[in-house]
Amino acid sequence: MTEDRPSALSRLNGPQDLGRGPVFWTAFGVVSAALLAFPLVGSPFYLSNLAAFFLYVPMGLGLCLVWGYGGILSFGQAAFFGIGGYLYGVIAQNLAPMPAASLLGLLGAVAGSVLVAALFGYFVFYGQVSAWIIPLLTLVLSLILETFMGQTAGYQWRVGHVLLGGYNGMTGIPSITVGPLEFGGASVALYLLAVAMLLLAYVGLRLFVNSHLGYVVVGIRDDAERTRMLGYDVARTQVVIFALAAGLASLSGVLYVSWGNYVNPSSMGLYAATLPVIWTAVGGRSSLLAVLVSTIALKWLADTLAVRGGEYAFLIMGALLLGTMLFFPLGIVVSLARSWRRRRSVPAGRPEAGRGAGDRRSP
Amino acid sequence: MSAVAATTTTGEPLLRVEGLAKAFGGIRAVQGVDLAVARGELRCLIGPNGAGKSTLFALLAGLEQPDAGRILFEGEDVTRMSPFRRVRRGICLKFQTTRIYRGLTMGENLTLARGRRRGASSNGRLEWALGALGLARESGRPAGELSHSHQQWLEICLALATEPRLLLLDEPTAGMTPEETALTADFVVRLADGGITVLVVEHDMAFVRHVARGVTVLHYGKVFADGTFEQIEANHEVRRIYLGEE
Repeated sequence: MTEDRPSALSRLNGPQDLGRGPVFWTAFGVVSAALLAFPLVGSPFYLSNLAAFFLYVPMGLGLCLVWGYGGILSFGQAAFFGIGGYLYGVIAQNLAPMPAASLLGLLGAVAGSVLVAALFGYFVFYGQVSAWIIPLLTLVLSLILETFMGQTAGYQWRVGHVLLGGYNGMTGIPSITVGPLEFGGASVALYLLAVAMLLLAYVGLRLFVNSHLGYVVVGIRDDAERTRMLGYDVARTQVVIFALAAGLASLSGVLYVSWGNYVNPSSMGLYAATLPVIWTAVGGRSSLLAVLVSTIALKWLADTLAVRGGEYAFLIMGALLLGTMLFFPLGIVVSLARSWRRRRSVPAGRPEAGRGAGDRRSP
Repeated sequence: MSAVAATTTTGEPLLRVEGLAKAFGGIRAVQGVDLAVARGELRCLIGPNGAGKSTLFALLAGLEQPDAGRILFEGEDVTRMSPFRRVRRGICLKFQTTRIYRGLTMGENLTLARGRRRGASSNGRLEWALGALGLARESGRPAGELSHSHQQWLEICLALATEPRLLLLDEPTAGMTPEETALTADFVVRLADGGITVLVVEHDMAFVRHVARGVTVLHYGKVFADGTFEQIEANHEVRRIYLGEE
């Protein structure tokens, strides 16, 4: 029998993700240290760009949890990113002169998104909506919010003294500020905050998926009825991970607003709603590590493409998704990791990380 | 011990089913089943294909909602209770086809099944079962790589890990060799003697004969006959509808 209560350390190293053992964790430590030390050598321009890639990682990892581990394909991450951004803007701007305004904004934004997700999830999961309907419902959630925020131009659309701004979006939102430290777009502080949130989200979720509840999540993905027949409240677990993912997306939203001092409805539009799905599918949804890497890489790619002629970025991202689904159904990073491991011919005493998810093509 | 006698001599039965009915479209799978199962009883449900056995199990486990009738477990009406709550009350179903987590190891399967219930209250029944079925050494293997019979047994152990008081076994010996069937039958008898109430749907008459306890025959969604194995075996009507004798 396996150990019933593994220690936090062995749980972190648990089988539900790629990358285990001392070599991996040494490399992980070195990369983390390098990221944290980068401001010593990097220019503000690079720091700002990197921060803008890193801040999307919590949103991507949230979808990895919900879709890759939980089996629920959601286009709702963009909705919660947007809700986070707008809520933060409304709260922080209204409380502006207060020293704690931005922190209250951050808390309110995350709490608000989690609440909306829990409510939405309650109806969807307790209503036992079929799995294939959920992607549509979550997409509709994102698009409705985009459409609604798009028509909020004009003075009558304001909360307190903050204008919602319609399609032009909400501007002049203050960055997160703690005492004298301002986490603005080109600051070292924001870069470090983005790195810290990236590491925290990754390590935290890795602990989560290797915990007992994490196994329940994987069990629900593999066979929901079986898991119900072991006495688990499947719907409640699904609401919990859906809300957790929403919280992570809203964290990304707040970081984005703190970075750009700006949010607009297109952050909840079709393209924005599809991007996290592309990151997760292309990297490999069965692995948090894969999605961490692919989120940063694809965000970089999309930005580079946009700079070199924006109209093709959409097409290339779509082609990438299609190509991955056809040739690397497990995801590119996961496929590479597996072939690398096979080449090193490590005896496969147990099944692969993030097992099972890749075999299931449907959401 | 006669099943019929057991239900009449002890007070409130563990499970009481009254007028249970379920139709799928125009097909009336279960139509007015009455059943009482006493504590500690081991009862086999038999009947031709389409007699409503699996539907009855699905209704008892809460996977389907009945159109009419009531299910009382320990005197409590659980007819509308969700499946996971019934498991927590002590009703657990072993699925007909194996529904183990094939990608997880056997040990992980059991850890998941046991959940927060571990150690103290489990009175070692699960460990005993793993030993009796020869599964104890397979803990580290991916469940999908176990042999067919071991998968079936693991499925039973998953149900046992929830510490049921009423265990519903849907065809526990499907696809097993005669030796494995006999071992399973012995195992089920010992489970019942250990205090778990067991209902078994089984096609294999060798199993039913081996178990040799109370038998309920379902036919066209109704209870057709009820009695000891000997009574049922001697019943000409049952032999005609089920055993195919003219």
